Amino acid sequence: MIALGQFLEVLIGGLMSGVLYSLVALGFVLIFKASGVFNFAQGAMVLLAGLALVRALDLLVANGFPLWVAIVLGIAFAAAIMATTAWLIERFVIGPLVNQDGLTLFMSTIGVTFVIEGAAEMIFGSDVYPLRLFPTDAWFVLEDVFPGGILVNKLDVWGALIAGILVAGLAIFFQRTKTGRALRAVADDHLAAHSVGIPIGWIWFVVWLAAGLVALVAATVWGTKLGVQFSITFLALKALPVLIIGGLTSIPGAIAGGLIVGAGEKIAEVYLGPSIGGGIEYWFAYVLALAVLLVRPQGLFGERIIERV
Amino acid sequence: MLYREAGQFKTTYAEDMAIFPIRQDRIALAVLLGIAFIGVPLLATFHIWPFGSDYLLWAILLPFLILALAAIGTNILVGYCGQISLGSGAFMAIGAYSAYKLVTGVHIPLAWLSFAISIPPLPVFASILLGGLIAAGVGILFGIPSLRIKGLYLAVATLAAQFFFDWAFLRIPWFTNYAPSGSVNAPELNFFGLIVQSPIERYLLCLLLVTLMALLAKNLVRGNLGRQWMAIRDMDIAAELIGIRPLYAKLTAFAVSSFIIGVAGALWAFVYLGSWEPLAFSIDRSLQLLFMVIIGGLGSIMGSFVGAAFILIVPIMLNLIPAELGVPLSTETIAHFEFIIFGSLICYLLIKEPHGFARLISIGKEKLRLWPFPY
Amino acid sequence: MPRIARNALILAAVVSGAVVSAPAAAQNEQFIPILSYRTGPYAVNGAPYANGVADYYNLVNERDGGINGVKILVEECETGYATDKGVECYERLKSKGPTGAAFINPLSTGITFALTEKTATDKIPIITMGYGRADSKNGAVFPYNFPLLGTYWSAADIAIQHVAKELGGFDKLKGKKISLLYHDSPYGKEPIPMLQVLAQKYGFEFTPTPVTHPGVEQKSQWLAIRQNRPDYVLVWGWGVMNSTAVKEAAAVAYPREKMIGVWWSGAEPDVTPAGDQAIGYKSLMLQHGAGKFPVHADIEKYVYAKGKGSTDSGKVGEVLYNRGVVNAMLGVEAIRKAQEKFGQKPLTGEQVRWGLENLNLSEARIKELGFDGMLKPIKISCSDHEGTRDGRVQQWDGKSWKIISDWYTADEPLIDPLVRDVSGKYAADKKIQPRECSKES
Repeated sequence: MIALGQFLEVLIGGLMSGVLYSLVALGFVLIFKASGVFNFAQGAMVLLAGLALVRALDLLVANGFPLWVAIVLGIAFAAAIMATTAWLIERFVIGPLVNQDGLTLFMSTIGVTFVIEGAAEMIFGSDVYPLRLFPTDAWFVLEDVFPGGILVNKLDVWGALIAGILVAGLAIFFQRTKTGRALRAVADDHLAAHSVGIPIGWIWFVVWLAAGLVALVAATVWGTKLGVQFSITFLALKALPVLIIGGLTSIPGAIAGGLIVGAGEKIAEVYLGPSIGGGIEYWFAYVLALAVLLVRPQGLFGERIIERV
Repeated sequence: MLYREAGQFKTTYAEDMAIFPIRQDRIALAVLLGIAFIGVPLLATFHIWPFGSDYLLWAILLPFLILALAAIGTNILVGYCGQISLGSGAFMAIGAYSAYKLVTGVHIPLAWLSFAISIPPLPVFASILLGGLIAAGVGILFGIPSLRIKGLYLAVATLAAQFFFDWAFLRIPWFTNYAPSGSVNAPELNFFGLIVQSPIERYLLCLLLVTLMALLAKNLVRGNLGRQWMAIRDMDIAAELIGIRPLYAKLTAFAVSSFIIGVAGALWAFVYLGSWEPLAFSIDRSLQLLFMVIIGGLGSIMGSFVGAAFILIVPIMLNLIPAELGVPLSTETIAHFEFIIFGSLICYLLIKEPHGFARLISIGKEKLRLWPFPY
Repeated sequence: MPRIARNALILAAVVSGAVVSAPAAAQNEQFIPILSYRTGPYAVNGAPYANGVADYYNLVNERDGGINGVKILVEECETGYATDKGVECYERLKSKGPTGAAFINPLSTGITFALTEKTATDKIPIITMGYGRADSKNGAVFPYNFPLLGTYWSAADIAIQHVAKELGGFDKLKGKKISLLYHDSPYGKEPIPMLQVLAQKYGFEFTPTPVTHPGVEQKSQWLAIRQNRPDYVLVWGWGVMNSTAVKEAAAVAYPREKMIGVWWSGAEPDVTPAGDQAIGYKSLMLQHGAGKFPVHADIEKYVYAKGKGSTDSGKVGEVLYNRGVVNAMLGVEAIRKAQEKFGQKPLTGEQVRWGLENLNLSEARIKELGFDGMLKPIKISCSDHEGTRDGRVQQWDGKSWKIISDWYTADEPLIDPLVRDVSGKYAADKKIQPRECSKES
């Protein structure tokens, strides 16, 4: 019974932390879907959004604003920062690079990563800034069934809730709104979309803005978890296997990928790790992704790649 | 005026197929090699500017040469064969740790067979080359998925190799000969009785190896194999239809590329760092190599050198310039500016010339041909 | 053509930067390089330390006009905690100034390993106060390494001594479970051999648990800890790993009182992100802790009042800031000692090495320097490059660090065989003939 309880605990913990990775992975998917850009800068964008939010919050609270006003204003400020960033990236990097191949675009986003990291830390500081928007303690459920109960972290539950709302929101946005439909049209074939009068520049701005806002959401959760600091940019590397398993173009795939990676790596670490030295979760996620790709080269939910000569 | 092919006649096929068919190119290369092989060591021996201290030799030329070699390896895979890899750092590590194991002697006890595989300590040079060969073997293994997975998916899949080997060299004490800290020391660099110690000797050793391997790579990519790689890169289905075996072409690209990267890794560890830990070959190194290749020019050996120089030297320059100009900025601000400027430069270069410096050089050559009457 | 021309121009501008002209150096200056990291994942901990170092050098220049009239010239180089950048910085700075670098202090165990051989060839001492390689305590094999005030092996022993005291005696350690949660790098691995020796001696069960760099993800480690219920968890982290460990401990309801961090896991940035969850968390002290001492008054008066401080004055007196100050002071005192022998002029690294090896700070001298209460007397010798091996334990009460223990002294007879073993192996590997310390003057 204890063993079962422990297993459930690891499984639940893994699934939950997987969802937190999905929050970061969603931003990747949005941009890749609409512009074919593999955006390495997503991690840096989470850092930028988090720093903008937490610095604005600290300043407002220090100046005597009530907490809820400060939160609303802080989020508005961070959103404005993300909008500016999206505009700058579209205007100066992605726009001029239209029609280049994927690798060049990918490299340019690494360049963007450097710029964002440097600028964010220069403007907002490079210290660690605590952010406390969500509770971070834990529930112990089913204590009468399993001795010690099963530990469920409140922050993880919040993260999962937010991810759910986000996915639902994005689905509605893509399926029901005019901009969303235009986005899908651009994703399918940007030349055709252009010729029927969809303003591509504007659409790409919207996509980068959406990715920026997703980054902001991810920053609220991860900032509460870790404190807002440079290390948040490393999340990009944890989000990549999630993305690949789910498929680069699928929003539900990002969530499914997160669940698979989270559960897989935590179970591997706790049950397999001690016998082979520990610390295996980093590569385990990637090996899992590799295994999935060998069966389905486009990820679980990705669009099939059709090649013609 | 100076760069003119007119009057240079080729009378044999061999002349037509030479690496540098234009005389001026040959002269330029000879001068460059002359400077590298004779000029630099001479200046350094007599400590003439800019070799007043070891700095230029130790901290710029040595890493430049080794990373350029690694960039050539990466370029063969990414630039010539079109298989994007984010695992180059891992293959450097494989080269480094295999060479380390071979040079200190390998002992694998197979308890259940009551038998042990023992290889006595090998000479340094043999270890470095064998390290490269082992990297090539592992490269073939990790190349197999490339037959099914393509493009950016493959890029992320190669990260599996990166993170796995990061972990393996950190966690499996056998690789580090059970060093308590997990950090290992390079052996004495004894090349056939010649002990390589001073920066000049180290520089010459790397220069020699890099020149030889660059020549080897250049000839490979001009030959049958290189053409197969490029056909696969340009369109693999079409290449298959005209009779190129993707399995053979892709795996040879992985093998050759990993071999060169592995040798570069062994040199990085033995000749440059002297003492290292897996962090020296982390994902950052892989990204750095990919950068060099793309900035330098995909599918260009020359470009690998230029790209390596750019990626390695620009950050150092950015760091030095404010100090030299006496700009009163804190280290922190300078470091942040460095990030911003470096990132912007990369974006700028990619926008202005997505095909990298190699393309700029060839455009420059074209212009030079017509100069001064470009009609 | 214009595009080419423009590109060429940009390139030319970049390349022209390569032509580095050495600024005319004043002759009576002692050059000391500062290898720091103010960017990257470890900047949070690297910056306050570098600020402390820079401020103390500034203080010596402003208050005393240098070391016996020899001004200190500093230059900072950003390493980003990366080994290859650190090597580059070292090569760049080692021969600056009239006499080259007096000593080098990389604040990274990885860079220390990479530089150990180079510094011995270049004859520049490498000061690794409270970090670096533990076997370099043996000055016979490592003449240029100075792990002043304590190595990780001393730290491991002090931590176990404190655990034993809390449990009520060394005999109570038997059968207890002690976990080590460590940063998976040479830094985190250094204490393991010592802890294994201790586990054997006292009969406790020791489990090392690695955390992958940079340490943002520790959920599985803590779930395992929740299942195994170790009696104590030693934390050997750096940067974001420390605060994450405290938060995850809180999440699995592991008592923070049972966590003991090494002295690199016990500063303000390690606990403040965790807020109230960090209350009760303990850590070792590398002798000094947080707080202000007479030397800080001088720093405020001579450095900050003149607007030359390198941080906002609110951060003066933090743990890592103080460690930077102590480190800079020991370096300056070593130079002063060397000046007694070689004259009051800029000295070479080799001469400063002599000063370090003969450094002897009495209680009176420490008081004179304004470090009363921060440090115990320290005496370096050829066979002992560590000097002292004392530490205390502090506890975070939600607002500040409180000292909760007496002084512990690491058990030298226990550590020394290990030092001899490992350094002897290094000497054999590198074909170093150890000096005979009894013959050194």
